[in-house]
Amino acid sequence: MFKKFIGQWETQSMVWPGIIFLIIFSYIPMYGIVIAFKDYNLLEGIAGSEWAGLEHFREFFNDPNFAQVLKNTLTINLLALAVAFPAPIIFALLLNEVTSTKFRRFIQSVSYLPHFVSWVIFGGLIINVLSPSNGVINEILIQLGILKEPLNFMGEPHYFKYILVAGEMLKGLGWGAIIYIAAIAGVDAEMYEAAKIDGAGRFQKMWHITLPSIMGTIVIMLIFAISALLNTGFEQILVLQNALNREMSETIDTYVYKLGFQSMRYSYSTAVGLAKSVIALFLLVSANYVSKRITDKGLF
Amino acid sequence: MSSTRFGSRAFDIFNVLVMIAVVIVTLGPFWFTIVGSLNNGLDYLRGGVYFWPREFTWANYRAVLVDSTIYQAFMVTGFRTIVGTLIHVLFTSLIAYGMSRTYLIGRNFYMAVIMFTMFFGGGLIPTYILYKDLGLLNTVWVYIVPGMFSVWDMIIIMSFMRTIPDALLESARMDGAGEYRLFLQFILPLSKPVLAAITLFNGVYHWNSYFDAMMFTTKDSLQTVQLFLMRMVTSADFAQGVNASALANIPSQAMKISPETMKLAMMMVVSIPIILIYPFLQKYFVKGIMIGSIKG
Repeated sequence: MFKKFIGQWETQSMVWPGIIFLIIFSYIPMYGIVIAFKDYNLLEGIAGSEWAGLEHFREFFNDPNFAQVLKNTLTINLLALAVAFPAPIIFALLLNEVTSTKFRRFIQSVSYLPHFVSWVIFGGLIINVLSPSNGVINEILIQLGILKEPLNFMGEPHYFKYILVAGEMLKGLGWGAIIYIAAIAGVDAEMYEAAKIDGAGRFQKMWHITLPSIMGTIVIMLIFAISALLNTGFEQILVLQNALNREMSETIDTYVYKLGFQSMRYSYSTAVGLAKSVIALFLLVSANYVSKRITDKGLF
Repeated sequence: MSSTRFGSRAFDIFNVLVMIAVVIVTLGPFWFTIVGSLNNGLDYLRGGVYFWPREFTWANYRAVLVDSTIYQAFMVTGFRTIVGTLIHVLFTSLIAYGMSRTYLIGRNFYMAVIMFTMFFGGGLIPTYILYKDLGLLNTVWVYIVPGMFSVWDMIIIMSFMRTIPDALLESARMDGAGEYRLFLQFILPLSKPVLAAITLFNGVYHWNSYFDAMMFTTKDSLQTVQLFLMRMVTSADFAQGVNASALANIPSQAMKISPETMKLAMMMVVSIPIILIYPFLQKYFVKGIMIGSIKG
């Protein structure tokens, strides 16, 4: 064993830098989580700071912002799960029914574009389109007589979740569909032939063959989506957030960032982040378990 | 029978309409931005510019391109995109090659150590403390070093390398070539399709990043273009300031630019590199995500 190990030292030496890298950049920050149980301050360092027990976790319940932040996070993600999650599936199914190959390729190319544009630019585009002074949406709504005067969409807290989820849906539509398109491409053509002989129409084929065939992929994506229920990401929210909509646009991710970097409450910020990670891990494992029981499909 | 054919036809028409709507909703916002960025800035503020510039001018682009802070931001982003991507691809594929060798002792253990980091992490503040202790804060290396390795990319590259037949390497091995020589001379060239995909993805990631710049640097000289743009988009004061400094540079353009239209021009300038490499991205990314999905 030892001799064999020495014999392959070259290959071993290729892998170790990666392991060392992960120890430094992933595992040391995991150790850093102990500051959630301490009163961390920059001068004394992680080891030198006083223990605080569960004090920072208890603080959740006294934090006047916390309930609202949690509510915003869940509202946004449940809306995303209801709208932005099925959208790429429907898009892939519809795209599969487009008969002209050229037209299909063109649509696919266009639909991937937003994925590669940064959230700063994409958010800028959204703000521009919705702008009360030069936004085309306001113009259209006024022309149609739905609005009397321009509305500052970005300044209305109640619209924030719809704007964010619509933006996420559009940005992820083509990209998210790729995985389903790949799954559809893998469906056995003979099944469609057989269905045709049995007199099945296009809808019936879509419903009884295509959809069940890609169910495995859908379930796996759903498990990921459920485990990310407390995740909103920072980038899109920080771009679209402003002083007027903050009440409804602050989510756990942005709150953790602001607690840490603007209020310098390092320990509390880490505690909130840790609680979120643990819940996410729990959601992942439970969604996987439920899925295995019901559909026999899962991640692990 | 004829009613089915009619239904099928109606569905085709409906489907094409949906697809056209997707195209319009996706490209429309880009079009309005291009139009605004090519319009006289003061005229734009009067509103009503949507489908075609009312008072055409290049002044907004000129104003954006002469600004030295923006120029500096482009240098920083360019540096991290080129250097960061190169280091990332080389380092990640080296580890991927090592991990793709099934004879590797401890391979399952290494894999467990690697995979765990995909499901759990330290979070923002512990990461910040680590970077502070490593002296990475406020240096350009904070953009490069933490991004050297990615587990996800490693898995994609590794599954590709596994498909390279060992027979190809046999003769070189007979000649006494070591693993490093095999890696550089055979494996890397043979892995070109997957490496091209990862290079493009990672390049786009670097080009689009602003969050690390916002968290881990405070110096203006380390600002990335996306962070600069972020400040223009979210802060009217910042956009005002950029506009004022542009006016100081090119006073003759004073009547042609406004913070609003400069912002739109800046958005286009930052998008252009992405649009230029887009054909290549398209060619490779579908392949890339397919290879990834086999494993994932």
